[in-house]
Amino acid sequence: MADTAIKTFGGLLARQGILVAFILFMVGFTLWNPRFIDIDNVFGVIRSSAILGVMALGVTFVVIGGNLDLSVGSMLSFSAIVVLDLHENPAFGPALAIPAMFALTLCLGAINGFLVGYLRLNSLIVTLGMLSAIHGLTLTWSGGQNMDIADQGATWFGVFGRGTALGIPIPVLIFVALAAFLGILLAKTPFGRKVYAVGGNPTAATFSGIPRARVVFLTYLISAFCVAVAGLIQASRTMGAQNTVGQGLELEVLAAVILGGASLLGGSGTIFKTVIGVLILGFIQNGLLLAGLQFYVQFVVTWIIIILAVWLDIATKRGKLWSPIA
Amino acid sequence: MTGQTPALRLDGIVKDFPGVRALDGVSFTVMPGEVHALMGENGAGKSTLMKVLGGIYQPDAGRIYIAERETRMKGPLEAKANGVMFIHQELSLAQELSVAENIYLGELPRKSFGRVDWPTLYARTDAILEKLRVGFTARTRVGELSIANQQMVEIARALTVDAKAVIFDEPTASLTDAEKVVLFDVIADLKAQGVGIIYISHRMEEIFRITDRISVLRDGEYRGTLDTAQTDETEVTQMMIGRKLDLSRSAATVEPGPVALRVEGLSCGTLFRDATFEVREGEVLGFYGLVGAGRTEIAETLFGLRKPTAGRIFLKGEEVTISSPIDAIRKGISLVPESRKEQGLVLGMNCRDNITLPQVADLTAGPFVADGAEISIYDQYRDRLSIKSPSWRTLVGNLSGGNQQKIVIGKWLSMRPEVLIVDEPTRGIDVGSKSEIHNLLRDLARQGYAVIVISSEMPEVLQCSDRIVAMYNGTIMREFTAEEVTEDSLIQAISGLNSGAAA
Repeated sequence: MADTAIKTFGGLLARQGILVAFILFMVGFTLWNPRFIDIDNVFGVIRSSAILGVMALGVTFVVIGGNLDLSVGSMLSFSAIVVLDLHENPAFGPALAIPAMFALTLCLGAINGFLVGYLRLNSLIVTLGMLSAIHGLTLTWSGGQNMDIADQGATWFGVFGRGTALGIPIPVLIFVALAAFLGILLAKTPFGRKVYAVGGNPTAATFSGIPRARVVFLTYLISAFCVAVAGLIQASRTMGAQNTVGQGLELEVLAAVILGGASLLGGSGTIFKTVIGVLILGFIQNGLLLAGLQFYVQFVVTWIIIILAVWLDIATKRGKLWSPIA
Repeated sequence: MTGQTPALRLDGIVKDFPGVRALDGVSFTVMPGEVHALMGENGAGKSTLMKVLGGIYQPDAGRIYIAERETRMKGPLEAKANGVMFIHQELSLAQELSVAENIYLGELPRKSFGRVDWPTLYARTDAILEKLRVGFTARTRVGELSIANQQMVEIARALTVDAKAVIFDEPTASLTDAEKVVLFDVIADLKAQGVGIIYISHRMEEIFRITDRISVLRDGEYRGTLDTAQTDETEVTQMMIGRKLDLSRSAATVEPGPVALRVEGLSCGTLFRDATFEVREGEVLGFYGLVGAGRTEIAETLFGLRKPTAGRIFLKGEEVTISSPIDAIRKGISLVPESRKEQGLVLGMNCRDNITLPQVADLTAGPFVADGAEISIYDQYRDRLSIKSPSWRTLVGNLSGGNQQKIVIGKWLSMRPEVLIVDEPTRGIDVGSKSEIHNLLRDLARQGYAVIVISSEMPEVLQCSDRIVAMYNGTIMREFTAEEVTEDSLIQAISGLNSGAAA
């Protein structure tokens, strides 16, 4: 009985349920604390979710393609430190620092994509290793020092993180615009279709003449591009960064993507669902703060969310909750 | 052997799966000291029967007797406790542990405080290894052993219990000839000790070399038992593939057109050798042979999935090399693969997207996939192949096997290939859809396609083909025209008895 229930409920969740769950969650929390739905609070959450959200958009491509990207957290630290350092370098300045940072970050994504796509190495190991390697690279670059923009009044660099247009924060606008663009790329173009095919059934993709290696490679480039955008927002918002600014974000990003309903087995998920996943995660963390819990609790909560989401995904596929090994 | 108590007796075993009866009243007897072959084509029910014997499946009806005592196996441990041991095709050994630890895994001898009693463990293991006359010791790490020796470890494991019956599932699949000799010696020893042995293999020469009797399964039914000494490969093959043939060809043929594909002396390692054949526009060329004869491998080579080691391929008279599936598709070759779920379809995608997958990059309006063009391709092939699906949005995983197969065929037809290769077109689908697909293949030839049909079902090959290529053990034995082919000559050719030159 419980198994049938989980199949039905899980199936519903897998289709539209994430939206239902989101609404239920919002209503429940609002009833408990009306401040939750306060317009300032809502905008605050969306705004603070933008960086995580932008990263999650890219990771969605990687996950649908059947792989993982755990390097995005340390890649964010890298891109923020690099763009700030180059900004302070008289030979670059803001106008050159930004494209240079994008190019370097894309190189890191290309390494991931090459190793997973063309050398067929396990994506978990490759990107976990990259997490560490990029961290080392960042510290080497910065000499272990935090980066700051000395004369914050003299640069337009702050616009990406602090600016507003029509009263809407620029980070939110970037998130929305990028989500729309990548959503269309994934849902409406031949490339997007190939990503689903490669993640859904790699063998059938080969038999259909799809260049799997290239598709996987490109998903990692997209992921790195999104990290570069997120790093730009991060650096611009604080006009400075620590070497560890992105530490641990890889798991939060993954939690948001899975929570949105992308299967870790590959082949399913959408950009829209990921956006919902990002918002749910943001509101949960916000709710915990409003409930008076310490900020640090969110790390534990992130873990719980990942476990529940993965369990639900697997339980739905197997049709049972309890399935011990062998 | 009469008068002895059978080592193992199966009586009327039935096993149902949703929609299929996998085993339908299987009964046979294995005597102590007998090597009993179990044969049948893929899907005949051999693996299901072994899973019933091993306690992994529970039979829906029927009884298992071990030494004439009725036994219910509720799990693998119980099978072992009852003296039924398996030597699996895929080895299940822990590579990093020693031979002794593998053999006694789960029941290592203990001293006080749960410590392992190593001296006893090694002594016991070495005693067993001595019986097997192997060249390694109890302390050898399993990962260092050859596949054949790893198989010996599995056999040694079977000897730790008082085995009544030992089942070998395709044991020689990865062995060299020298290693096979050792394995056959051990089987002879087991036999001398009075153990009943079930030997599963597709390889006729082994069956005739070491077995005493042969039981044959077909479509889940027990077809009978033969004395190995009094039968031959032809009789066994006939029992395996059946004779319920309807030789009426499903449609008239057209005059074949020019040669679409010609293959000369194509080889791929030991998988197949020196294959020469051609197929014309407007005809169906059938490839027939037992599992492992090399038919699928030829198709995969033509589709760019394997690299040929010798030979030449001509498309419309022009010599080509085919380096990848992308290349094959571009040159006008399509392959409907053997396994639709693993190779043919993305089950979590809808019908339309599956059909258009190989050409999605070309179906664009600006940067976007052209929705309308995709739907009209889907509609076209839905009507042409009478695909029964509620809508193009339906996930392919929710369709019946027959309709799934039509989606795969539609996918490749929509590429408008010069040569369409269809591997096992009707495996695992119902009878109604089967004949629909047979008619469809004939129709395609009439429309001018060059079609290659690969099948292990004789009626299918006979009904669809204009010419038939018979393969045995990687070699084309003979080519028949539809007019001259007879069942007997075909069976002889695929069991390696016919030395007629390839046409």
